[in-house]
Amino acid sequence: MSVETTGAPRAFALPLRRKRLGAELPGWIAYALAAPSMILLCLLMLLPIAVMLVMSLTNYRFGDLSYAFIGVENYLDLADDRTFWRALSNTFVYVAIVVPGSVALGLALAVMTTGLRRGRKIYQMIFFLPVTATVVAMATVWKYLLHGTIGPFNLVLQSLGLPAIDFFSDPDLALTGLAIINIWSLAGFNMVLFAAGLTAIPSELYDAAEVDGLSEPLDRFFSVTLPLLGPTTLFVIVTSTITAFKVFDTVAVITRGGPRGSTDVLLYTTYLEGFSYFRMGSAAAMTVVFLAIIMVFALLQTWVLDKKVHY
Amino acid sequence: MAAAPNHRASPRRASRRRLPWGQIGTHLVLLLLAVLFLFPFYVMLVTSFRSPSELFTPEFHLLPQEFTGLKYYIESITTSPVLTFMKNGVIIALGILVMQILTAIPCAYALAKFEFRGRNLLLALVIFALTVPIQVPALPLYLGLNALGLLDSYFAAMVPFFLSVFAIFLFRQSFKSYPDEIIQAARLDGLSEWAILWRIVVPGSIPAIAAFAVFSITTHWNDLYWPLIVIRSNELMTPPLGLATFADVESGENYGALMATATILTAPLMLVFMLAQRQFVRGVTMTGVK
Amino acid sequence: MMSAGVELDRIEKTYGATTTLRAATLDVKPGEFMTLVGPSGCGKSTLLRIIAGLLPQTSGEVHIDGASIDHLPPRERDIAMVFQSYALYPHMSVAENVATPLKVRRLSRMARLPALGRLLPGQARTRREITDEVRRVADLVEIGPLLERKPAALSGGQRQRVALARAIIRDPRVFLMDEPLSNLDARLRVTMRAEITALHRRLGATFIYVTHDQTEAMTMSSRVAVMMDGTIIQCSTPQGLYEAPEDLRVARFIGSPEINVVASDTVAGWEGGNTRLGQLLQRPLHIAFRPEAVRLSAESAAQTDMLHLSCHIERTERLGHDVLLFLRVLADGAGVTARIPAADFARLDAPGGVLTASLHPADLLAFGPDGKRVALPGLAAATNRGLSHVG
Repeated sequence: MSVETTGAPRAFALPLRRKRLGAELPGWIAYALAAPSMILLCLLMLLPIAVMLVMSLTNYRFGDLSYAFIGVENYLDLADDRTFWRALSNTFVYVAIVVPGSVALGLALAVMTTGLRRGRKIYQMIFFLPVTATVVAMATVWKYLLHGTIGPFNLVLQSLGLPAIDFFSDPDLALTGLAIINIWSLAGFNMVLFAAGLTAIPSELYDAAEVDGLSEPLDRFFSVTLPLLGPTTLFVIVTSTITAFKVFDTVAVITRGGPRGSTDVLLYTTYLEGFSYFRMGSAAAMTVVFLAIIMVFALLQTWVLDKKVHY
Repeated sequence: MAAAPNHRASPRRASRRRLPWGQIGTHLVLLLLAVLFLFPFYVMLVTSFRSPSELFTPEFHLLPQEFTGLKYYIESITTSPVLTFMKNGVIIALGILVMQILTAIPCAYALAKFEFRGRNLLLALVIFALTVPIQVPALPLYLGLNALGLLDSYFAAMVPFFLSVFAIFLFRQSFKSYPDEIIQAARLDGLSEWAILWRIVVPGSIPAIAAFAVFSITTHWNDLYWPLIVIRSNELMTPPLGLATFADVESGENYGALMATATILTAPLMLVFMLAQRQFVRGVTMTGVK
Repeated sequence: MMSAGVELDRIEKTYGATTTLRAATLDVKPGEFMTLVGPSGCGKSTLLRIIAGLLPQTSGEVHIDGASIDHLPPRERDIAMVFQSYALYPHMSVAENVATPLKVRRLSRMARLPALGRLLPGQARTRREITDEVRRVADLVEIGPLLERKPAALSGGQRQRVALARAIIRDPRVFLMDEPLSNLDARLRVTMRAEITALHRRLGATFIYVTHDQTEAMTMSSRVAVMMDGTIIQCSTPQGLYEAPEDLRVARFIGSPEINVVASDTVAGWEGGNTRLGQLLQRPLHIAFRPEAVRLSAESAAQTDMLHLSCHIERTERLGHDVLLFLRVLADGAGVTARIPAADFARLDAPGGVLTASLHPADLLAFGPDGKRVALPGLAAATNRGLSHVG
């Protein structure tokens, strides 16, 4: 509401215009309500990201008194860094095991449990239990469970006359071992998401399928359930991918990247670079790569969510 | 469980009546999987009651040959700062939750029910921030806290999470569906905007807030990454950090005590889950089902 | 508190490019039951919210008892409102809902704090007074036994009463009601109609009532303001609106079944009438007449002043006491609706479904091409003659 003083015809309209109406809420209310969050958003999120982007262009090391801008050298170094590439490829291999495993298992559990006449609740509770367990505590348990000599898993194998498998000392198996733990802890979560998707399928469709002669459970699964769960499945895949991509706790507790770098994953490498070796510049560059990949997944997730809504 | 269908079981139920074998087969498969899923928990519990000598024999017995009672639990509580870890976990998780709720609710209300310049920008920032995990701003936050001399404190462990964009997003959805007419009635009744928010609108969103509380407490009770970076002293360690450190020191020598500790630290959330399954599942899976 | 008059002076409301209210002007007398009626989207609810102070107008002024209230926020306007959805606080009991406006006004900010507030000294008396007030008002609208319930445990009609109680307890100068009956079933609506009218009489307060239902408007109000396209096109008593609509849209909106509207050249071709009428019909006009004005007989009547139309019956609808006949004029195919008492219909003999409809020229209403009422001088003397029964 600007106050204008020119022109006679406007002059008589002014008193009307300038009067604040009681029905209008003062403009500052909304800002006052949002201010604490806006300030925190800037201090905890936007500013740090900006600092990190700048830092990735420097050779700053924690504790150094000076640093220099070195352009994209950190990124070029990463491109040549065999350790970094190994961490990246390990992460993707890990994702490639965890996602299909946890999604398929989650779907199977959801379909099986919701089809039950009795006991659905107790089964779903059991399968969800690992989701609620503290990852670090369970990692400790798994480490013992899969221990090469005294682990109960191997004792059971041996008692069945099978050779022992030492997951976490074998560079070829360590990543798979970690992936199994993640599948175990993620399947129940995915089961709940799928079960929610299943409730959304109208029961008339099953009646229709039956009338059309699809009376076998498997026929119904492939002709009705799976196609209608399509959007849910896409969503579960993307969510699981992001979760698996952020693997850190089990690596930190069980393998520490070993044996021989076989479980070195992106977040763990970045963590070491930044908080063990204090090479902030290069750690920042790694984080930028991590953020870029996460953003791709996030965009995918938004896109999938949109699709899910419009289905 | 919350998301599972009740009504929909019936149409297939009719056909299953002709095929009881289907039900039995499903039960067999599910039983086998349930045993596999529970096995780590079973091992955790049973090991916490076994004597050390038993652990290093090449046979696996389902039950302890020699029951050690609460020996390892007592040992765990008395020789390691388990109770301190738990106290820290409670303080940090609750401190974070309180701050998140206090900051997110007004912001969500502004986004849901007010028109103001910059609202869409704020909303876009919130949605962007939703996708950014803690690992991204971690380095600068660490440097900032270090510069302020605040590392290795409760504050350092909590501050990055004082703002939950997820809470803003979730509460905004919930507030948006709150009827405008009730807010208008409250204005006519003479309530201030602040009172309308906390006395009228917030009580209508208790389920969403409770679900978020479960989500937030679970996340921060279990978090290892950030405490690992900012906490150094034993007396400030959270349960995961304490356990990781403790397991490290013991390095497998004393599995009984280790498993007892793991049991103690896992138990609180598991208990909450058992007691309030619906709310718990809703809270934990909220990120997925909106 | 004394009831107050409300004046609306050229209220405008625009949202960006769309205008929802244009120059809405209205003068509500103290103690009056004024109804704003109109089709959905005509701006009547918006107008009500502007009076309440829930929505700012783009221009124009609202006065209560001659004083401008535009600068006052809703809580200072001394206005109570009943909403279409009732807008009860879902987490509070009925008693707390009804008490809220009083608590906010009479208890200090500290004393209103949950739990803690009760410990503050010197407010026990105020609290007791509030409880007594709640009881009194609850008895007035007959919700005494429901005070401890939550809104979710109430039926639609009960919620409605709670909403009324919450408005009454403030003893405001003006009551605003936004379609308060539209969420109730038909039977309950009739009961509540009577109760709200009785309440108005009892409280003697100014009521401004919004509805899209013309029956509510006609049966409850002292005066009715008809709104179309964001403006008030006529404000009059229910009888006045029915008999002397000033706009064709009002004529069409008020009265059921809808008024008959025929082009003037068609009427000119009808048998009978006098020369004066013939002259008047030279102009292009919309000629309207109520279904009740149509008289029916089997043979053509002799009265020359009347217009006579040979019609055949297309369809009849029995409404119990009355019968509706949907007629088609044989000569020109114009459609005419007639409403006659069922007893007359039984006596009516229409061979082959053909009969004669008669109209007195004085029962005709004329509207210009712009929809505005046009006087038919020379015929007006007989107005009101055949229209003693309304509604």
